[in-house]
Amino acid sequence: MHRFANPARFMRLSQVVLPWLAVVTVALLAIGLVLALVVAPPDYQQGESVRIMFVHVPAAWMAMCAYTSLAAASAAALVWRHPLAEIAAEETAPLGAVFTGLCLVSGALWGQPMWGTWWAWDARMTSVLVLFFLYLGYMALLNAFDDPTRGRRAAAILALVGFVNVPIIKFSVDWWNTLHQPASVLRLGGPTIDPSILAPLLVMGLAFTLLFATLLIVRMRAALIERKIRALEATDGRMFG
Amino acid sequence: MVSFKALLWRDLRLAFRQGGDGALAVIFFVLAALLFPFGLGPEPEALARDAVGIVWVMALLASLLALDRLFQGDWEDGSLDLVALSPLPLELAVLAKALAHWLVSGLPLLVAAPLVASMLQFDPAGLPRLVLALGLGTPTLSLLGAVGAALTLGARRAGVLVSLLVLPLEIPVLIFGVAAADPATMGDGSTQIMVLGALLALALPLCPWAAAAALRQALE
Amino acid sequence: MGLSTWLAMGGYAVFVWPAYGVAAAALGLLAIGSVRRYRMAQRRLARIPGARRGEDS
Repeated sequence: MHRFANPARFMRLSQVVLPWLAVVTVALLAIGLVLALVVAPPDYQQGESVRIMFVHVPAAWMAMCAYTSLAAASAAALVWRHPLAEIAAEETAPLGAVFTGLCLVSGALWGQPMWGTWWAWDARMTSVLVLFFLYLGYMALLNAFDDPTRGRRAAAILALVGFVNVPIIKFSVDWWNTLHQPASVLRLGGPTIDPSILAPLLVMGLAFTLLFATLLIVRMRAALIERKIRALEATDGRMFG
Repeated sequence: MVSFKALLWRDLRLAFRQGGDGALAVIFFVLAALLFPFGLGPEPEALARDAVGIVWVMALLASLLALDRLFQGDWEDGSLDLVALSPLPLELAVLAKALAHWLVSGLPLLVAAPLVASMLQFDPAGLPRLVLALGLGTPTLSLLGAVGAALTLGARRAGVLVSLLVLPLEIPVLIFGVAAADPATMGDGSTQIMVLGALLALALPLCPWAAAAALRQALE
Repeated sequence: MGLSTWLAMGGYAVFVWPAYGVAAAALGLLAIGSVRRYRMAQRRLARIPGARRGEDS
């Protein structure tokens, strides 16, 4: 792990990896969209509205994975204090917030035709809403201090405290039998969905994951360059721009 | 000499001397809850149905009132440094301050809530359960509030920021608290009461630990 | 399956297309914003005389 902790090494590696990652991401998104919008059959009960699932579920997966990365990076930043973890955490938060918002909006659009309601205060939906606010709170806390280091440390602690929410989201549909449907993909017994639905779901899931990775790398590179500029300006005394 | 009891008494004495925050919280609670009949209309059925929810939301907001000053005063005059350097573990110091906060702004709610609920046409038979639910929930609110206050110590707009951070975390307490006391809930609400107890049991060790970590960052 | 049938999404068009539209808009704006920030940072760095590019941090 420490081999990759070096920011210079990260810049070198990411420069090589990024173009390929971007190309594969675009390709997978294209394939996923075709599968989701054209190839996948309409559902027996839900008709064509089931296609919303191919946006909603991958967005939900990303919302939770992003928060897990945020918490892990925050832990690494607090414990080992190295700058790459800090930057990874900072740049993950906006991505996670967007995926969570997308999950909530697409969920509402799916819920209305399926259950006749845009929203319900069941355990899973409420905890995803809490997750959204955790992301917003993280970003607000990050920028709330004059001393940026204080902001990063406080936000890191918040990220860790909020991590209790992630298992609640995952298992709430099993613990409480309320509106949202129970898990049908990531279960111990294996997926219970038909392969013709599973394939677009997995492709879109993979596409979203790679999109997340691509954007995270782009943002981290930008952040590292910005830090370098600030450092150079500090020693030189001039402002460049 | 910084001990748990000493810290607790000091905070309580300060609160009573300033008269302010705790009494303010309770007054706000009562006044704000009484706005609802004006807003919702005086029909007894409608008010009674919403009474539990109103009481709980007001309890949440009231507990937020004094939060940003929970650690602020001590931090500004340097006593927080003294507490951190003392042999008393910082986690216990946080617990003492959270307890003081609850005694001053949460405990009085347990007295005010039955009165307010009755004024909102709530069925008196449900009052014991309401008080029990509040009794288990409001300490958790104080503990979560302590974490928020510690995280935002010295931040710009700390008051608003604390609310943004703490209210989402308090939503589960709100949901179970209302369900526990709501006469519309199936069953006698004992499951929800147990969940409230479990949340408090979780918050008691975790919140002081998180808040202490945040305070240490602030004091560096 | 004709184009208009496909666009109608079995009557659910008003739900399906906004869902995909919001996804495209949100992720698209995110991507564009991230890339623009990156390009601007690169340009600013390039204008600093004597700065070594690419390798260090």
